[in-house]
Amino acid sequence: MLTPEELTEIQAELARYEQKRGGCIEALKTVQRHRGWISDETLAELADFLEMTPAELGSVSTFYNLLFRKPVGRHVILVCTSVSCWVMGMGDLLEHIEKKLGINLGETTADGRFTLLPNVCLGACDRAPVLMIDSDLYGDPDVKTIDEILAGYV
Amino acid sequence: MDHPLTANIRPGEGPPDIEAYGKAGGYRALQKVLKEADPKGLIQTVMDSHLRGRGGAGFPTGRKWSFVPPGDRAAHPVYFIINADEMEPGTFKDRLLLEGNPHLLIEGTIIGAYAIQADIAYIFLRQEYTLAKRSCSRAIARAYERGYLGKNILGSGYSLELYLHTSAGRYICGEETALLNALEGRRAIPRAKPPFPPVTGLWGKPTIVNNVETICNVPIIVEHGADRFRELSRSVDGGTKLYGVSGRVKRPGLWELPMGATIREILEEHAGGMRDGFKLRGIIPGGASTDFLAADQLDVKMDFDSVAAAGSRLGTGTMIILDDRTCPVGMVLNLIRFFARESCGWCTPCREGLPWLARILEAIENGEGRPRDLDILRRHTGLLAPGHTFCALAPGAVEPLQSALTLFEEDFNRHIRENRCPWRK
Repeated sequence: MLTPEELTEIQAELARYEQKRGGCIEALKTVQRHRGWISDETLAELADFLEMTPAELGSVSTFYNLLFRKPVGRHVILVCTSVSCWVMGMGDLLEHIEKKLGINLGETTADGRFTLLPNVCLGACDRAPVLMIDSDLYGDPDVKTIDEILAGYV
Repeated sequence: MDHPLTANIRPGEGPPDIEAYGKAGGYRALQKVLKEADPKGLIQTVMDSHLRGRGGAGFPTGRKWSFVPPGDRAAHPVYFIINADEMEPGTFKDRLLLEGNPHLLIEGTIIGAYAIQADIAYIFLRQEYTLAKRSCSRAIARAYERGYLGKNILGSGYSLELYLHTSAGRYICGEETALLNALEGRRAIPRAKPPFPPVTGLWGKPTIVNNVETICNVPIIVEHGADRFRELSRSVDGGTKLYGVSGRVKRPGLWELPMGATIREILEEHAGGMRDGFKLRGIIPGGASTDFLAADQLDVKMDFDSVAAAGSRLGTGTMIILDDRTCPVGMVLNLIRFFARESCGWCTPCREGLPWLARILEAIENGEGRPRDLDILRRHTGLLAPGHTFCALAPGAVEPLQSALTLFEEDFNRHIRENRCPWRK
């Protein structure tokens, strides 16, 4: 069931669009903010509320990189795999993170703490290589500082 | 007035609030526009300023606005949209404006919306720009409080609502018709053109989509006039430009310079030249979907026509530098992989062609390339050229590939001949 809190937030967003479905991405993001990810059940309820079919809303939800249709860890690491970060040594940094966490890109640690995802250029190329953890951006961390940064997310 | 876009940006200090922005002359241009009450004249001023779109395509902004059917001939609501979905690899210029001076963008948005008599405006912002989201939300709220937004703005009779939409992440959302589909709550697939958005855009209504940097120039044009704006430039295009450099240079960063500054000036004077121990091999001048320029093309002026004449595109004006210790094949592989992943999947050449190119490049990079692979790659740069695909994603993707095949031909050959990447340890 969508909670009253979720419904209030979604309603506020819907008012900003000429048609109800215009707010569906905001609505998906709202439930994801509250639940971490978007399950089939949640999707079906939301579709009903938005007067869309589950298939329609599902097709939208699977299109966008930052809408999660599978459970993710408590913290999501977005690794910039684009060209400037690649030139500046993201390869080695990523290898270190993968080894440290024991997962590859696209996976979640067994303790549910981190999910590691590749991301489109994060638009901070002067600080390359960069990554984001939740909503925090980190520029040019070396192997030692990245360990300290990761330790800050429990 | 040499740096009108960035004069009030103080990195590390947070953006100027509405008081500070006003003190520095902010929202004066908006008051002037509302007093003059001449949307047609305003469009003419922007045309006369020779402002061209800063999102990459370089379309004249005033001309774009003039395509909206005027007055009661337009279906309402008319929409004005700011494309703040900055995702072109190597591009980080709009971030500075969004985080550093959101009121400049908001003032430009209101003026642009007034020019086309729009009723509703959106800032379409990528989700990962969390600081920008905060700075823009706050600035929009302040602008409403001051009566710069909402009903009957400053008693002029003109009304405008401005909303911030944060996207859910996909490169193709930066394509203006894909962006419209995203705003309608659909998969962000580009639309067939014509009809073009100024006539049939969001929900079928007249819509203008402009880049952040483009619109930040608008209050400057209104305040100082089209002539003064043109004088800021060293080329036929008006104004200044935010230029950026990333890669193995001494000081990667962004600088606001006269439009038409040379690559040499930007790279050597501002970015400090190459890092010690690294040599320049190539330059991608304007984000990932522009052709490589050679290391000896440093005197090319960074304006739309000059970069085009040199065989590439100005694009977003943010350069990516290839150094001699980085493998050009690996770099092109990274670029093509990106475009393959971000293809929306709608049209066949892009959906099927890009992953195929990625597999061939991967094989060459892994020492499994065959001589005829280069012919296949070359043929595909033609097969994915403009006119063969629904939008500009695939044609943009093959730009750096086609130029790399010429400029770095010997590097490709060496990979195939030696069955290895010479740069790999």
